[in-house]
Amino acid sequence: MTDRREILAVRQLSKRFTLHILDGKMITGCEDVSFSLGEGEFLGITGPSGAGKSTVIKCIYRTYLSSTGSVLYTSGDGSRVDLALAPERQVIRLRRQEIGYVSQFLKVMPRVPAVDVLAGELRQKGWEIEQARQRAREYLEMMSINHKLWDAYPSTFSGGEQQRINLARALISGPRLLLLDEPTASLDIETKQIVVCVLREMKEGGASIIGIFHDLDVMERLVDRAFNMKEGSEALQPTRMERDAL
Amino acid sequence: MAVEQEIVLTVRNLSKLYGPGCPDCLSLTGPEAGTNICPRCHTIVACNGVSFELESGEILGIVGESGSGKSTLVRCLYFDEDATSGECCFSAFGDGRANAFAQTSQARRYIRNHLLGIVYQNPLMGIKPHFTAGGNVAEKLLTADVYNVSAIRQRAAALLERTEVPLARMDDFPAHFSGGMQQRVQIAKALANNPPVLLLDEVTTGLDVSVQARVLDLIKEIQQDLGIAMLVVSHDLGVIRILADRTAVMQHGQVLEFGLTDQILEDPQHRYTQLLVHSTL
Repeated sequence: MTDRREILAVRQLSKRFTLHILDGKMITGCEDVSFSLGEGEFLGITGPSGAGKSTVIKCIYRTYLSSTGSVLYTSGDGSRVDLALAPERQVIRLRRQEIGYVSQFLKVMPRVPAVDVLAGELRQKGWEIEQARQRAREYLEMMSINHKLWDAYPSTFSGGEQQRINLARALISGPRLLLLDEPTASLDIETKQIVVCVLREMKEGGASIIGIFHDLDVMERLVDRAFNMKEGSEALQPTRMERDAL
Repeated sequence: MAVEQEIVLTVRNLSKLYGPGCPDCLSLTGPEAGTNICPRCHTIVACNGVSFELESGEILGIVGESGSGKSTLVRCLYFDEDATSGECCFSAFGDGRANAFAQTSQARRYIRNHLLGIVYQNPLMGIKPHFTAGGNVAEKLLTADVYNVSAIRQRAAALLERTEVPLARMDDFPAHFSGGMQQRVQIAKALANNPPVLLLDEVTTGLDVSVQARVLDLIKEIQQDLGIAMLVVSHDLGVIRILADRTAVMQHGQVLEFGLTDQILEDPQHRYTQLLVHSTL
């Protein structure tokens, strides 16, 4: 760990939601969370529902505004950015170029074929349309999506297919930092195997990854290190895991 | 990351008052006051100190209920209305620091014809129903100083094709078109001068759902292909979610909060935004 360059440092991160609709009631998402991630490292987060795992990930991706603390990201060009405070346009650029996020559910534009959902990610980076589609097809192939579905709308896909599209969409632009919120939930064994292989490939390609897992079996096959978030989300207990031999 | 994208439009402290106005209009109205009508002089403060920057190629969403001032904002930017105070600078005009609101009507016409496109909620505000579809696009090209007839015809055909208006209908009158097709003619017209900034005011409101989706697809495609910066005004959070990278929430003439669109939708800060988000999702 110590010889790795740090790509992300989360320091004393807390997130509290103020619900004005409930007369300003405060709800704590996570409290005083600190950890760091080395370049090329795969970090797992486990813990019961409601422990604040997704909150941490969303604070890193800036879908949530952190209440206190910092999220220091070292960009590809070496500059350091506090994602909790960076200007929105800078965050948008980082999302396009460097940081990928896979939510638990697929959210896409209606009536856009699967191949164009993936190609769209590359178009944002300035790729030509046909080149982008070609790469998109490779990713659909890699994710074992049936050829017949390539030109269909993902909203009509099965849950497992949607989840693979979701993952492929985040992977296709080759992010340096990848945030995964239960990437293998509700997948059958075979599909899980595909996802595990793809994620390993990503990691071997140099990506740094943080993933929330319920499925500890899958996690153990992937991560270098894991920590457990406790209920009320105040305690973090890093537990080093032996990396799978493969 | 060091490379900054170009800011194509900067708006500072834009205010628009309807009425006599008094020194306290701006301070006595807005979300805190819970009204946009000045209690002292009964002036309507439609926009109250609105500021933002638009980067090349980005889509900025503006949401808010009816009367929040979002359409007035767009109209001031297109010079349909005269802003009462404030500044508006286009990177492609002057040295990028000249206030467009303070220019002569001739200079403003230049900005409008060369640097802006607009798509109104009601297609008939943007196009003339008794000019042909091609003629409508041609009109915008003429104002942008394109006079070669065959060039105009070619460009009009390309734009109508781009916006999926059948070329066979190019010489027909939009008065006889469906609402969705009228809207696509209006988009073609707005794009004619290849503007760096496109203003879209409730463009899908009033269209039925399947047509809405096609228009949204088209707008997204245009943004990806042409890299035009857009200001998308809508009361519909669904439209904003699909189109906008960043979003501003307006109420009583003021911007309540700015944020990444997913952050505004999932972690709204202001009471009004929370209400808005929780009423629609």
